[in-house]
Amino acid sequence: MARRQPALREVPFVLAAPEHGRMVIKAANVPAQEKGIDAGMVVADCRAVLPSLQVFDDKPDQAGKLLNALAEWCIRYTPAVATDMSDGLILDVSGCAHLWGGERPYLKDIIVRLRGFGYDVRAAIADTIGAAWAVARYGTSSPVVEAGLQADALLPLPPAALRLEAAVLEHLRKLGLYTIGSFIHMPRSALRRRFGQGLLTRLDQATGQEFEMIQPIQPAEPYQERLPSPEPIKTAAGIEAALQQLLEMLCRRLAAEGKGLRKSVFKCFRIDGVVQQIETGTNRATRNAAHLFKLFELKIANIAPALGIEVFAIEAGMVEDIPVTQDALWDFTEGGNGTAIAELLDRVAGKLGVQAIHRYLPDEHYWPERSVKTAASLAEKAQACWNPGLPRPIHLLPDPETIEVTVPMPDYPPMLFRYKGELYHVSKADGPERIEQEWWLQRGLYRDYYSVEDRKGARYWIFRAGSYEQGDPQWFIHGFFA
Amino acid sequence: MQPAKQDIIQQLQKEVLAMQRLKRGAGHILSTGLREVEKAFPDQAFPLGAVHEFISNAKADAAATSGFMAGLISQLMQKSGTVVWVSTRRTIFPPALAVFGIDPGRIIFIDLWRQKDVLWAIEEALKCSALPAVIGELSELSFTESRRLQLAVEQSRVTGFIHRYNPKSENITACVTRWKIQPLMSETGSMPGVGFPRWNVQLLKVRNGKPGAWQIEWSEGSFKQVAGQDISVAAIQKRKAG
Repeated sequence: MARRQPALREVPFVLAAPEHGRMVIKAANVPAQEKGIDAGMVVADCRAVLPSLQVFDDKPDQAGKLLNALAEWCIRYTPAVATDMSDGLILDVSGCAHLWGGERPYLKDIIVRLRGFGYDVRAAIADTIGAAWAVARYGTSSPVVEAGLQADALLPLPPAALRLEAAVLEHLRKLGLYTIGSFIHMPRSALRRRFGQGLLTRLDQATGQEFEMIQPIQPAEPYQERLPSPEPIKTAAGIEAALQQLLEMLCRRLAAEGKGLRKSVFKCFRIDGVVQQIETGTNRATRNAAHLFKLFELKIANIAPALGIEVFAIEAGMVEDIPVTQDALWDFTEGGNGTAIAELLDRVAGKLGVQAIHRYLPDEHYWPERSVKTAASLAEKAQACWNPGLPRPIHLLPDPETIEVTVPMPDYPPMLFRYKGELYHVSKADGPERIEQEWWLQRGLYRDYYSVEDRKGARYWIFRAGSYEQGDPQWFIHGFFA
Repeated sequence: MQPAKQDIIQQLQKEVLAMQRLKRGAGHILSTGLREVEKAFPDQAFPLGAVHEFISNAKADAAATSGFMAGLISQLMQKSGTVVWVSTRRTIFPPALAVFGIDPGRIIFIDLWRQKDVLWAIEEALKCSALPAVIGELSELSFTESRRLQLAVEQSRVTGFIHRYNPKSENITACVTRWKIQPLMSETGSMPGVGFPRWNVQLLKVRNGKPGAWQIEWSEGSFKQVAGQDISVAAIQKRKAG
């Protein structure tokens, strides 16, 4: 935080989060700690001690993310970096320190750089993880423990430096064992009996009698490929060739890892420093270079090469696993042609927008406008059944349109109706089919639907909103039957 | 001598059809259930891998046309397969397709505003051989545009249906057929109510075939020809078939 806002470096501030209805401090910076404010205290109390204290909200996973980022940054010092609990980094420096001219300059470089960022860091180098951990946190003299001397370095340190559980530490404190040196030479059987195996293990790990492993972080390698060109490229054919080559490289890697991309960006770095880029997205993860090329091909015309392009790069913005079973799951066509159709739709979506594509599934409503819903994906299966038994017109008007009717008596279909100035004589009729409003969704009049056929044979779906008992109801035409 | 001549003519007809790339693939026959209508086509079979053109001028005619097309498509899909339905102003109500034996969930609708985009989408879809059929709804279709579509299906063997609602002119196109469907009064006998959908199906143009008109009803999941007097056969036969 201090790195982003340099003004905060000298000011006491804390990060706090609500806990049991109080704001409890989760972390405090050095100026705050100097005033006696530390993690675990309540913000209100601290404000009493130090009215100028600044309080910020603590984001729960921020510290972890920051530590991971720092660990990745530390890969410049050694290939094996691990995070340790919530506030430490372990670097395996074997064979690395001489590149900085020895262990001391190496350690100094790390500390100076991290302090430069505004972090308050302590570091130590030792033969074992346990000893380095102890000296870094509790050491008072030299941060570099000479080879083989870790036991000596541990002697003056408190037992907490051994990474022990709180109960064991309390036990040791009660017995007056305030330094490691006061119990390190006790018989092992006595220590095990009183404090358990944990203490002995930690002691052995610190002195180097027991081996300890670290789990180095694996920095994620971005899905990215670059292709420099020997001469600046200006032609569309050249760009296409570069794109094809890059896509093949990227797709080969994706195939090896069982992944596919959903979004990708093709970047062209021009001689004059301008970056031109085109993007594509797909409906489902793909690693088909030919298909991706087709998607990009539609947009190549948008690239202005100007004086020429010297470097091409492709980045996969969104990468997803492609399960092997996916084809079978998705494929609602039995012939296994799902991929071809998905690729067709990708092309359409890429050119004309994804909002143009619809697929409909039945919804459990009788109200005609709500009886279908748009499928969210190609894979979505119908939860309800289509009901071919109900008379539904093949053409439905987006909104019912008013008609004027002549009705012989209430609850009878009309004898004739006038729609858009034209008169239709009803010769046959079916109905009514009453569809009630779904009161939990919408209030209003129910509809009595009739299917009617006129003298020419055309079939219509008309309805009356409400009944004649409630006054003069409106009639509407809502669709055309085949 | 007479049978030999007959054989030669048949042989030549087959070769001509092959040259015109109307030859259908093996095992790829659409059984419409309409013996009489199929007689109008070359080879006595409904042409697949071709573009069919439907013209309608009134809203009721458009609905009848959609119904007839849905009947054909349901036979083409055969309970599986996916079709793409491209249109500018779509009015199709998916649940109604279930009556024609189509699972509406298997239809992918592409709704576009511009005529140019619709043509592009239809052409792309027609090139995708995984689809049994593609339906395009638009009003205008020039000869050049229809030629492009016809060339696309000759490669992919997809069957295309173009529904032109209210076109400015019924210009010549490269489609193999031109249909006009109009609703007819349904037959219920002495029963009240509305009967099965019934249409006057006019085949105005068919390449290498004989145009005609039939009365057809959709009932119990299939087409049925209705014996009745033809309304407009005479009118059609006066026209020169394309």
